[in-house]
Amino acid sequence: MKLARSVADTDLAVRGGVLGSPRLLAGPGREIPESLASHLDRLGDPLDAVGKTSPRDLIQRIRASGLRGRGGGGFSVGEKLAAVAASAGVRNHAVVVANASESEPASAKDRLLLSLRPHLVIDGIEVAARAVGARKAYICVSQRSDHAVRALQQALRERTEARLRPIAVEVVPAARTFVGGDETALLSWIAGGAPSPRVVPPLPAHRGLSGRPTLVQNAESLAHLALIARFGSEWFRRVGTKEEPGTMLVTVSGCVSRAGVYEVPIGVQLRDVLDLSGWSGETGVILVGGYFGSWVNRQDAGEKDLSRASLATCGAAPGAGVIVALPKSACGVKETAEVVDWLAAESSGQCGPCVHGLSAVAACLAQLASPASARRADLRRLLRWCTEIEGRGACRHPDGVIKLVRSCLQVFAPEVEAHRSGRCFGSYQGWLPLPATTQPVR
Amino acid sequence: MKSLYLHVNPTTCAGHGLCAELLPEAVRLDDWGYPIVDPSPVPSHIQGHARRAVAACPTLALVLNATPVRGIASPRGDEGST
Repeated sequence: MKLARSVADTDLAVRGGVLGSPRLLAGPGREIPESLASHLDRLGDPLDAVGKTSPRDLIQRIRASGLRGRGGGGFSVGEKLAAVAASAGVRNHAVVVANASESEPASAKDRLLLSLRPHLVIDGIEVAARAVGARKAYICVSQRSDHAVRALQQALRERTEARLRPIAVEVVPAARTFVGGDETALLSWIAGGAPSPRVVPPLPAHRGLSGRPTLVQNAESLAHLALIARFGSEWFRRVGTKEEPGTMLVTVSGCVSRAGVYEVPIGVQLRDVLDLSGWSGETGVILVGGYFGSWVNRQDAGEKDLSRASLATCGAAPGAGVIVALPKSACGVKETAEVVDWLAAESSGQCGPCVHGLSAVAACLAQLASPASARRADLRRLLRWCTEIEGRGACRHPDGVIKLVRSCLQVFAPEVEAHRSGRCFGSYQGWLPLPATTQPVR
Repeated sequence: MKSLYLHVNPTTCAGHGLCAELLPEAVRLDDWGYPIVDPSPVPSHIQGHARRAVAACPTLALVLNATPVRGIASPRGDEGST
C-alpha cells in the first residue's frame, strides 16, 4: 500500500494520554495494537454481551446512552441507527461503513485508536451491523498511517483464525482528499467512483451503497458503541455532561510541549486539556474543531469547557476534537489565509460557488493578511462573499470554510485592523499542517 | 395556489444564467455568474415565469419544489472529519 506524504504524521507526536479514567484507551500499554486474546480477556465478546437482545432494544440502549457522532457533526448515533434500521428490509439489507478516513490534517485520533485498539472498532462495526441487520461492512482507513492499516488487517486476520467473523468487513484505503471524508463522498469512493459528495436527500441512511440503507459512523463512535453494548447506557453516562455524555478523543498540536492524542471526559475544562498538552505563556489563540472550526482567544480558552454547549458561547464547537495552539508570535490572519487557500484547492470541483467563490475568498483573505495590501474594500467584499456563498454547495465544504474565515475576521479583528494601517505584529509560521494537494489515489 | 420554492442543484448548475434573465424577481447572479435564488415562496403572479425559467435551464439544475428544504449533503465527518 502506498503511503501519503503528510505533514501531520511526522509533526504530530502521537502519544496517547488520558484525563480521568480512560475507556477507549484503557488496557495494556500504548506501544502495540492490543491482541484479540488480550481484548477478549479484558472485555469479552461484544455479541455475547448483547446476547439475545433484539435489534430494537439494542438501538434503544444506544439511544438512551446519548452517544453523539465523534466525526465532527455530533449527530445522535442512536437516531441514525434507527433511521437505517427503519429503511432496511428483508430484501434490502443495510450496510455499515466505518469512517476512519480522517481527512482532517490536524487530526490523528482515529489512526491512533485503530493502531492501539483495532478490535474495539471492529466490535463496534459488528454491534452496529447487528442493530441494523447488515450483512456487509466496510472500513475506510486513512492512508496517512500504515500503523493503523496494519493493526486493522492483523486484527481481522486474528478474528478469522479464531472464527470470530460474524460479518464480512472489507478494508478500503481512503482517498487522500479533504472532502473525501464526507459521508456521500466516502460512499462514492467505496463504490469505485470519485470521492465527491452528492446532493442529499436521499440520505445514505435511506439510499447509500448500491442503493441500500447505509450506516456511516466515525471509527471512534463505533468504539464507544462497542462499550455501550457491553456495559449499558447508564455506565456510559457516568462521565461527560448530561447532553453530551462519555469521553472523547482529542488531538492537540501546535505551540504545546506535549502534542498528542488524549482521551478526556466531555465537559472537562479546555484549560485542563491544554495543561495536559503543555501549553505555556507563549501560547496564544487556539483553533478548536479543526479546519471547519473556530479560533478561540486565550481568555475563552481559559474559561470554556470542552463541550458543544460551552464552546457555543464563544462561537466554537469541539468538532472531531482537533485543537491547534498558535504561539503569540504567529499572525493568525496569515495562518488562516494559508489554510483557506489549501481548503479552496481541496474543493471537489462540482459546484460553482465553491470552486470560484472559495478561491476568490482565499485570494481576498491573503490580501488582508499582508500589511502591504490590506484595504477596507477587501474586508467588505469578503464579508459579502461569505454571506453569498454559504449554503450553496452540495456538501458542507464551502460552509465550513466560510465559518473559519468568519471566525478569523472576528477573533483577529485587531490584526486585520493593524494590517490596514500597514503594521503586523506576527509572522507566518505554518502551524497548521497542509498536506500536498493530490489527486485521489486508490 | 400552492406555495412553490425555487432550488438550484449546485452540482449540475453550470452558470448559464438564463434563470436570472427570465426571472430577475427571484434570481440574481453572484460575482461568478452562478444563481442566488430567493428562499421565500415564489409569488403566485410570477409562478408562470418561474416555470418557464425552470424549463429553459440548459442543465435542468433549476427546479420548483413544494418544500422549502434544500438538498444539502450530510455534514462532514460522521460526517467526515475525518
